Amino acid sequence: MNTLSKIVIPIFVVFVVFYGFKKKVSIYDAFLEGAKEGLMISFNIFPSIIAMVFAINIFLDSNFVYEVLSIFRPILEFVNIPLEIMPMALLRPISGTATLAIMNDIFINYGPDSYAGRLASVLQGCTDTTIYVLALYFSSIGIKKTRYSLPVGLFADLVGITVAFLITMLFF
Amino acid sequence: MVSYIWFFLIVIGVLFSLFTGRLDVINDSILTNGSKALDLMLSILPVIVLWTGIMKIAEESGLLRKFAKLVEPILSRLFPSVPKDNPALGFIASNIAANMMGLGSAATPFGLKAMSELQKINDKKDTASVAMITFLVLNTAGVTIVPTTVLALRIAHGSANPSEIILPGVIATFCSSIGGLLLDYCIRRRKMK
Repeated sequence: MNTLSKIVIPIFVVFVVFYGFKKKVSIYDAFLEGAKEGLMISFNIFPSIIAMVFAINIFLDSNFVYEVLSIFRPILEFVNIPLEIMPMALLRPISGTATLAIMNDIFINYGPDSYAGRLASVLQGCTDTTIYVLALYFSSIGIKKTRYSLPVGLFADLVGITVAFLITMLFF
Repeated sequence: MVSYIWFFLIVIGVLFSLFTGRLDVINDSILTNGSKALDLMLSILPVIVLWTGIMKIAEESGLLRKFAKLVEPILSRLFPSVPKDNPALGFIASNIAANMMGLGSAATPFGLKAMSELQKINDKKDTASVAMITFLVLNTAGVTIVPTTVLALRIAHGSANPSEIILPGVIATFCSSIGGLLLDYCIRRRKMK
């Protein structure tokens, strides 16, 4: 399993480069062009990262989560879920940057290879920010009545988050 | 929506530490947060840039397009209300392909085009059509195979095996999509009756 996970990305990269070369794309120029786009994307998300790291850290440093969620501590410990994960699971459908900031915090405090770190990684990757995507896509074409889309989207998130918890326990 | 969350996080955080006497911690936190954000940015930036570079090759060589073609037959089953030759299906396929490769922001333009195509065949312009909802469920469940930022951050924090989370992630994201699509399907069936 370990080697399999280490091989996916190198194989993929070789395949893409090889395919581009075979199709006579000037791969180096294409790479530079894409990298430039990536740089622009990064610059564009930087303000929202500053904003979210700012707010999330005030929130986490206030210990609010620990005090309030400690009521649930016995239940959470029983099912082997670290307390720090809860705000991440709750915020996942709303803001990807907020959960990225929490994940960063978990990595700093527990390390990426801890149970909490792995769980955070799977959580961050497993769903998209439903509410943001719905708002963006529907407003782009002027849809006002979104019908049952939000509950179904949130249900999908719930399934993803639940499976993330289970699968991390099984895998590691 | 995000404004509310932001407001909530800051106000709760500051007020709570005021009442529990942790204001000095918050003071430090506010002043050092900027550099924390910069560290976070610097640790994900190289991987994003590298990955968008690689994926540009996949796009220009037609690999992404080819991959999208592969999923199109499945899509026409998921979207029975969309005619088979409608361009919306192609955009949806490209959107999913880009999402899978961890190109969230590159996927968005395809998604927006797909939505405007779906709007053309929508008879009530202010109401979401069945196909739009199915597409959004598929999109928000976020079928991601290469979670670029997660990998970048794991590398930056010295993980022994950054990519070990790929497989569990794929399983979780897959279940999430299936769950969403099933519920969507059930609701559609009930509405038709």
